[in-house]
Amino acid sequence: MKVKKKTIGLVIYFGLLLMPIYWMLNMSLRTNASILGSFVLFPTDATFTNYIKILTDSSWYSGYINSIIYVSINTIISLVTALPAAYAFSRYRFLGDKHMFFWLLTNRMAPAAVFALPFFQLYSSVGLMDTHIAVALAHCLFNVPLAVWILEGFMSGIPKEIDETAFIDGYSFPRFFITIFIPLIRAGVGVTAFFCFMFSWVELLIARTLTVTNAKPIAAIMTRTISATGLDYGLLAAAGMLTIVPGMLVIWFTRNHMAKGFALGRV
Amino acid sequence: MEKWENNKAWFLVLPVFIIVAFSSILPIMTVVNYSIQDIWGPGQSIFVGTEWYEEMLADHRLHDALWRQFLFSGLVLLIEMPLGILLALAMPKRGWGVSASLVTMSLPLLIPWNTIGTIWIIFTRPDIGLFGAAVNQLVEFDHTARPLDAWITLMLMEVWHWTPLVTLLAYAGLRAIPEAYYQAAKIDGASTWSTFWYIQLPKMRGVLTIAFLLRFMDSFLIYAEPFVLTGGGPGNSTTFLSIYLVKIALLQFDLGPGGAFSLIYFVIVLLFSYMFYQALQRVGKGEKV
Repeated sequence: MKVKKKTIGLVIYFGLLLMPIYWMLNMSLRTNASILGSFVLFPTDATFTNYIKILTDSSWYSGYINSIIYVSINTIISLVTALPAAYAFSRYRFLGDKHMFFWLLTNRMAPAAVFALPFFQLYSSVGLMDTHIAVALAHCLFNVPLAVWILEGFMSGIPKEIDETAFIDGYSFPRFFITIFIPLIRAGVGVTAFFCFMFSWVELLIARTLTVTNAKPIAAIMTRTISATGLDYGLLAAAGMLTIVPGMLVIWFTRNHMAKGFALGRV
Repeated sequence: MEKWENNKAWFLVLPVFIIVAFSSILPIMTVVNYSIQDIWGPGQSIFVGTEWYEEMLADHRLHDALWRQFLFSGLVLLIEMPLGILLALAMPKRGWGVSASLVTMSLPLLIPWNTIGTIWIIFTRPDIGLFGAAVNQLVEFDHTARPLDAWITLMLMEVWHWTPLVTLLAYAGLRAIPEAYYQAAKIDGASTWSTFWYIQLPKMRGVLTIAFLLRFMDSFLIYAEPFVLTGGGPGNSTTFLSIYLVKIALLQFDLGPGGAFSLIYFVIVLLFSYMFYQALQRVGKGEKV
């Protein structure tokens, strides 16, 4: 009986959660005049013109490609650098470890608005303006600390005896780390990858500051729907629906890692 | 857990340090520079010392925005943390439901923030929005006219948008608890509540700490959604710190006061995050004993 109550609660929550998403879908299938004209629960005049415009106009769909490129680069850099660092923080005491650990997180604490101009200056001075790598690097500022913190939490949950046993068995550090340790914290790696992807995907201010045309992200292109005649809500909603898709794919591919959790397979 | 003492561990941390410091140190020093100068054009500036800091600290509109911000973040944490944990406990552990719940749960997180605000404008309109129309069947509700309604709408949007972050972290934390712990609890005849209190919650301490800090920082720095949805109004009732900051720094293009404001803002977030971090560390240790 108890299990059932939990499930009912979850289903109700999902129902509420999907309402704004449904409304976005509803809007994306209508013209702007229809959206602003009247309340329609199920659109009868459904049209795919908004989607067709986005998927056929290269100034629109290139935004998705740009975003996917820099977000992927960022997620990979964040994970590759954060994994060994998180291991160091969870296993070793070293000079300045606690300060270093907290300092990392302080990089997420500054209000972004005034920092846009210095970011622009910094990345122009190293000649990286309007490149994917610039946005990917800049997003590391908030994603790398996040990755280190989440991974450290998961790694601290793994008993140190596992490391010791492996080293006694003659494993080298890289081999132990890649073949034994990382599989143990798959849930953590999955959730970290998703969060890095997500935060980089939705970030707008830095991405917009560092790009002109070549690497312009989709979130910045979406602001184009505001024109002299007002906002094109239908087009914006369609673009919004499409921004969900890549993230859904990421969570779909990491879902098994997140769900499988902990298995003390080897020892 | 007793840690090994070894300064060579720095080599594992070095890449992270370099990559973060590259984007961190110069911009923050530049903002410090802004905050102690009066700038009225490229290359035209004068050193003013702490003048901007004094002006900002005495600004009563900043104080109002600050209290509003504390209230907002406090409510966010009070609602989202318990709700997120409950949802994580309710999510299925195996079968097709896992994938379905994970994907559904992550949907609100994946929409760019300015788009969320815009969608909610229509969603909450009494005449043409699903939420607005439904609620107005019951009571008169208009977030553009009444401060309380604006707050309720913003909180709903915030909870809708960010509770999944807490849930996903808590869920991954729950999945990382070895099955052996549950078996031991079962043998001891532990109730659901004591299993949660003595096993699940302490084991989730790491992920819940980061979830708590993330929610605190991000809700304290919130900008795009309230700016788009309410524009800080009606009146100033939803003018949070960062909305006020942008008003000063970018719309009036005053880099000096804006820089000073940013750094004061930064220090407040830093102090509170540090306090929360220390407190959460201690709570966790107490529970383990």
